[in-house]
Parts: sequence; structure tokens; C-alpha cells
Amino acid sequence: MKSYAETAGAVEVADTAVVRGPNAVVVRLSVNGTIRNILVEPRVSLLDALRDRLDLTGTKKGCNQGACGACTVWVDRRRVLACLTLAITCETREVTTIEGLSDGVHLHPMQQAFISQDAFQCGYCTPGQIMSAVAFLAEGHAADDAQIREWMSGNICRCAAYPNIRAAIRQVRDEAGTSGPDAAG
Amino acid sequence: MSPVLGAALDRVDGRAKVTGAARYSGELNLPNLAHAVLVGARVPSGRIIGIDCRQASVADGVLTVLTHLDLPRVAARPKLFPSLFGLTAHGQSFFPMQDDVVHYAGQPVAMVVADTVERAEHAATLVQVNYAETPSVTLLDQGRDQTYEPAKIFGGLLPGRNPTRGDPEAGLRDAAVRLDVTYRFAANHQNPIEPSTTTAVWDDLDRLTLHDATQGPTATQLSVAELLGLPPTMVRVVSHYVGGSFGAKALIWAHPTLAALAARRVGRPVRLVLSREQMFHSCGHREEQEQRIGLGADRDGRLGALRHDKTSLTSHYDDWAETSLEAPAVMYAAATYAGGYRLARGNTITPTFTRGPGAATGMFALESAMDELAYEIGVDPLELRLRNHTDVDPSTGNPWSSKGLRECYQRGAELFGWSGRDPRPGARRDGDWLVGTGMASAAYPVAAPMNPQRARARMYADGSAVVEAGISEFGTGALTAMTQVAADGLGLPFDRVRFVGGTTDLPNIAAAVGSAGSGATSSAVHLASTGLRDQLVGQAVADARSPLHNADPAGIVVRDGRMCLRDSPQTGETYVELLRRNHMPDVEALGVWQPTPPDGGGHGMFTFGAQFAEVAVDADLGLVRVRRLVGVFAPGRVLNRRTAHSQLMGGMLWGLGQALLEATRMDPHTGRWANASLADYLVPVNADVPDITIDTIEVPDSVVNPLGVKGVGEIGIVGTSAAIANAVHHATGRRIRHLPITVEDLL
Repeated sequence: MKSYAETAGAVEVADTAVVRGPNAVVVRLSVNGTIRNILVEPRVSLLDALRDRLDLTGTKKGCNQGACGACTVWVDRRRVLACLTLAITCETREVTTIEGLSDGVHLHPMQQAFISQDAFQCGYCTPGQIMSAVAFLAEGHAADDAQIREWMSGNICRCAAYPNIRAAIRQVRDEAGTSGPDAAG
Repeated sequence: MSPVLGAALDRVDGRAKVTGAARYSGELNLPNLAHAVLVGARVPSGRIIGIDCRQASVADGVLTVLTHLDLPRVAARPKLFPSLFGLTAHGQSFFPMQDDVVHYAGQPVAMVVADTVERAEHAATLVQVNYAETPSVTLLDQGRDQTYEPAKIFGGLLPGRNPTRGDPEAGLRDAAVRLDVTYRFAANHQNPIEPSTTTAVWDDLDRLTLHDATQGPTATQLSVAELLGLPPTMVRVVSHYVGGSFGAKALIWAHPTLAALAARRVGRPVRLVLSREQMFHSCGHREEQEQRIGLGADRDGRLGALRHDKTSLTSHYDDWAETSLEAPAVMYAAATYAGGYRLARGNTITPTFTRGPGAATGMFALESAMDELAYEIGVDPLELRLRNHTDVDPSTGNPWSSKGLRECYQRGAELFGWSGRDPRPGARRDGDWLVGTGMASAAYPVAAPMNPQRARARMYADGSAVVEAGISEFGTGALTAMTQVAADGLGLPFDRVRFVGGTTDLPNIAAAVGSAGSGATSSAVHLASTGLRDQLVGQAVADARSPLHNADPAGIVVRDGRMCLRDSPQTGETYVELLRRNHMPDVEALGVWQPTPPDGGGHGMFTFGAQFAEVAVDADLGLVRVRRLVGVFAPGRVLNRRTAHSQLMGGMLWGLGQALLEATRMDPHTGRWANASLADYLVPVNADVPDITIDTIEVPDSVVNPLGVKGVGEIGIVGTSAAIANAVHHATGRRIRHLPITVEDLL
């Protein structure tokens, strides 16, 4: 997977002066370092574009209302709810999904920690939890459990693996030595 | 038993789940896939007097719009029946879009099919339905003057009144201490994060494949086949990964059949996903209910009488009540007992299973009342439970298949630090917070399917094995635990065994409901695996070229794929050597378990546990924070310590939600749920949740099933809410007799 810095320059800036839609238009997305063109109506959410058009079904649809966090992806490395984001607004940006978090052979340390700590059961909220966890840890918001609890409360886990999710985040934090705001990358 | 059984191994599906590779039922992007969207009734009661689909039909991408006027009639009226029994398992005795009558808000009245989900969703908003609305009953209070005692509940399987023991009225009258208290419960919704989903595909031979989010693939198969008038051979169900269920996907509701009908109409595969709002109207819920408890005790707290009555709201056409009385009826050695259900008919979908069905509410009532009794007579709440402990099932006098409750109390009290508790309410303060502790007992019935449970084991000549049974993985850890059971039975290393489930092509297993899944599946897998092992051992002793020729099979053990004499381990050979020498590419065995009858052959069969909670209540703001939870349970054999503890932890946190957060509120003016979203229906989030201490007491049980597995799906939620409410009382001196307990109650 290419990093954002490597791919950002490759994404062309869309001409916002042109009215597009309401019929289907070609939308150019950069997802996990790969440029993909899809023909979609402008009303199509980033979530449905990923799941239905790009067959990247690792990003989950739990409520489609921005309440559950299962659809958390990164847009320009920032966490967004893909269900509340229109795909067409992401044309100049780099989208990262759970499929782009690791190379498919070696797991990201957070993915491994989720397995080791049994931080999921049904697995449906898990990609969103992991995308949130990696991002907020990098932001330096995991100094203690109180912070982790607060910052991870946008992702509902109905199986209620929360204590194990915290353990997984602590494990990655402590292994990486990124223990707080001072260590923020 | 080998160490693999019970070991805390990582989930075998872990990698698929953390990488996003695991595909759930709505994640197959089949060629030519179309999307169905349901339109729900806006009124709770009445008739459809006009339905205009013209605008919707001509909207871009729309393939068809179906209503009661043109949807094919189903071949049979569905009959509610619990899926545990392995037969058709309809969630309610009603199928929508067959006529113009509206029984409940959200009932499907139209279905739009389009080429994209956006176009289907948009067109669904264009369907114009006019109703002649009639008065509705959507709250228990509205139906209170019309309640009745049902002859049977639970699909006709349980009486509406439990067997009475002795003379409870006399018992109450003669008691030195009496308590008569009523507890109320808000409706709850399961809200798995994956909404219910079906993808329906007809092939060119008119065979139907359903990719369905279900707790029981066979339940979907048989139920849909019945409604479509097809033999089960023509309906195949695939359900590998399910994104949680908690009862929402335990029974079979209308949407799989509607998806099949839509797919047949448009001649394309169809995906039907319920919206989050539709999840509140489409798969049942835990009903709004009220429970009255009468306790009569002597001055020492020994119970002489227990009376337990429940009143709840059900649908127009089913006598459903979650079975709240069953666990409380056998919890303590009360000399006399009476209990019964009363129902009121309302404009609601038939209520259904929600995690800890029955016991989660019934044990809240009993264990809250026991706490009140403890304070009434001035006895420690744990001591009161011990004084009423029963070594036999009080409803029959039969012994328990296993119990372990005393050990749970003792271990829980140790882990929590219960002894020396100052019983005075409101006595402990931490800054702005009032701190209190509480405890409760937990009990949940051990159920088993009625039909034979099957699994198949096949070993290949390289010594690897695949074991199969038609279960789905909805978060229980079944794939992992069953791999362990198979490895143990076959005498193979864990990583040489693969367990496969997820389709009705495989040997039949009943739906995994009521905590019965691990018992049923492990029994079949154990019998298949040990059957195959015995078959291979038998072949070896009969084989003149085997070092084990003519050995006594009873003296042969298998470790790491090698059969050898127990007393002379150097004498033996591997499965691989045996199979290769005989030119056998593989060998196979079927395991069939005929479940234990419901009476346990003269045993009471329950799982028990003990719950402890510490809460802090803000003295000025009424906020409740759960600081600690300790749960110790005796679920028979534990198949995987890690996944079992995770499931118990999840159950306890459901109890936290039941205690403090979860309520679906009905707006009686519109007859609709007022908070049908995950923003408005509060479930525990990370910030609500403390760290949890779990332990399990493994008491052998030779009655319930071959491995003595009693299940861990439900027992974790049972009693948690009572322990929390009892801790709130201890912190504040206020006895809250309804759930959830909110800030308003404590201001």
C-alpha cells in the first residue's frame, strides 16, 4: 500500500465549477492508494460506493445515520463516517479502508492486538473500531483508559467487547511507546 | 479430554474479521444484483384504502413495486414456533402484504425493487398509501382492562400458568414477613449492528439460494420453503458470518421470503437489507411488561411462599410472553409457589427473544425483591440467598443435573470483596458520588433441541480433518470452539482440523438459540469426531499389517494423530500410515446426537451464577456510573475459556444496558416507536463500561449432553440489572422498581 504522501500528488483536483448530476457521473476516487473510476449518482454515499461499487465490503453499514461508527474510514487520514459522506466529495482526497490498513499478509499491530485480546465477537463493528483506534492512537488520545473510553465511544459494539477493545489499544500503545500527547505523530 | 478442550485459543475467524475479508449476507456483489426496499405502514391500526405506486414505478431504475394487490399469496399461514425445535420457526403467525389490514406500525405494505439501493430507497418514498385508521392499543396501560390468561404461551409449548406448589396464599398469609412489589420494564430491542439482511438468488432450475443473516440456516430454509410452497430441497440457505443477533435473527420473519418473492418477480438476484429504523418494527422485541412478586418469609428470611405474576403486551394473533417466570420459579426453596402470565392484545409485531429471554426480566424482579427482603429482616443479601439455597429443583423435587451456585457465590464474593460490607444505605461517599454495592443470583434454563443433531467428520490421508455442521457464526465463537471439540475427539492438533459451517448443505443442526447452540453442536461434533476416531482404531486393530493388530480398542489412545497403546505408547501408528497403507484418500463418519429430553430424565437443568456490582451515583445530578462488575458462573464445561468469558462479559454489559440505558419508548399518539435509531435508543458505549471480572466454575454435568456444556450466551445478562439496582439502593437508599433506571429517577 502506498502512503498518503506518495499518492496525494497523483489525485487530480476536480473542477468544482462544473455542475454534475443528478444523473450518474464518473467519480474518481483514490482508495487505499489505487485510483478507481466509478459511475455513480452524486447522491451515492462513500459507504455505498465502497461496498457496492468497489466491492470493498470491509467497511460496514450498521445504521446509515452516523450513529454507530461501523462505517468509519479515513479520508486524508482523518476519521470520517462513510455513511454521512458523499463519494463525490472525496475526489481530491485519499480514502483508506480496513482493506488498506495492512498488506494482506502482515497484519497491522492493531489488527493483531484485536485478535490477541479477543476484542470482537460477531466482527461487524470491528473494521470501524480498528480504523478509529489506529487514528486516535496516532493523534495521541490514548494516554489512559479514561481517554480511550471517551475517544472510542463513537463506535458501538453490541457484543460489548469494550474492555477487550481497550486492552488491544493499550497493547499497541505500550508496544509502540506512543503513550500520550507528547508521542503524537 | 485433551488440553485443547477449554483452551483460550484465538478465534479461527479472527483474521477474516479484522481485515474486513469476512463477508456477511449483504456483501455479495453478484452480477445483475437488484435492491429491494420495504415501505412500512405509518399507522398502527386500520386498513389500506388506497395505494398509488405510479410515481414510484416510473422512477429511474425501478424494476417493480409490489403491494398486497400483486404480491403472490404465501402457500401457508405461518405459525409461530421457537426455532430451538428444529422445525419451521416463524417469528409470528402473520405474513404481511396479503390483504389490506394493518396490525402494527412498520408492517410492510409495499416493496420497491430497483437497480441500485439509492434508487430503491428514493422510489420507496414515492409510494403513496392512504389508510382508514382505527383506534389502537400500543401501551400496556391501554390494554390493562382487557388482559386475559393465555392457555399456552411460547408457541403453544408452555402453559399460561405454571404448576402451583402447595398453597401459596396460605403461605403468604401465615408468613412473618411479607413483600408485595411490582416491577415495570420498558420494551427493549436487540439491535445487532448488522441489520437483518437477505440476498435471494433463483437459479435456472428454479432453486432458491438465500444468503441470510440468521441464527439457524435450517430454520430459514424450512420456514421460507413452507411459505413459498416449495420442498426444502429447492431452498438452500447460506449464512457464514452474521453480525450479531441477540434474538433478532433467532426466528424467521417476513424479509427472507419477501426477498425471494422480489427476486422471482424481477428475474435477478435481490438484496434486501432492513434499515436501522425498520429493525425496530420487523424482528420482534422484548415486550413492555410488569411483574408482581409476592414473598412470604419467616423472621430468618426463609421463604414460605413465592407468587410471581406477569402482565405484558402481545400482538393480535400470537400469545407470546417471554418466559420470565421459569428461572425465578426454581431459584429458591420456597415451600409454596404460584405464577402465571396475563396478556393484553395490542397493535404490535409479536414480541420475541431478546438476550436472556425471560430470565433477564424475571430474575430482576425476584432478585430485587430478595434484596428488599434482606433489608426488611436485616440479613446480608448474600446470606439470605444461602439460607434459601436449594439442592433440588423445587418444582419437581428432582436433583439438578449440576449446580455450582454455592461455589459461584463464594468465588464472586472473594473477587468482589463482599464480606464486611456496611449494609447501611447512603453511608459511603467518594467526593460528589454516593457509592453502593449490590449482588444478585443468576439462573437460566438449559434447553436442548428436539430433533437429532448431526455433524460429519472427514479425515484425509495426510492426517488433516474437516468437520462440518450447518451452523452460522454470529459472534459466539462457535467456529473456534467446535474446532477444539473436533481436535479433541479426533486426537489431532488444533491446527490440523478445520470446522466448517454456514450452509444447509451440511448436516442439520437446530438454530443456536437459548444458549443451546454450544451444547447441541458440540454433542454432534464430539460424536462425529470420536466416531471417526473409533472407526480408524477399529480398522487398525483389524489390520494384520498394523502394529495395533488384535489390540483391545479400549486400551488405545490417540495423540497428535497417532494411535497407540495407553500402557505401551511405543506400540502404535499414525492415522496417515494406516490410511496410506490401505490406499484410502479419506474416511468419514456421521455423528448423531439425540438430545436429552426436556425433563432431563429426572433432573432439573439450569445454569447458575452470581453477580456483584459497585455503582457510584452523583448525589446532585443523579448520574449512575457502574464502577465494577464481578460475575461468576457455572456453565458446565467451558469449550474455550477466552471466547466463553468474552460472551459472559458481553451478557453482563447487556445487563448494564438493561439496568441504566435501554428502553424503546412507544408514542401512543402515533402508535410508533419514538426512538427507533441507535442515536435515540441508548446502548452501552465504551465510556459506560468498566472493566469486568469474570470467572467460571466448571462443575461436571453428565446429564445435559455428552460434554456437559450448558452454554454461556444468556446467563451473563441474568441478574446483572438486579445487582446494579440493588447497588443503587445501597448507594442512595432509593428503591427503583422499574428499568431502565434513569437520571430522573434519582434526582
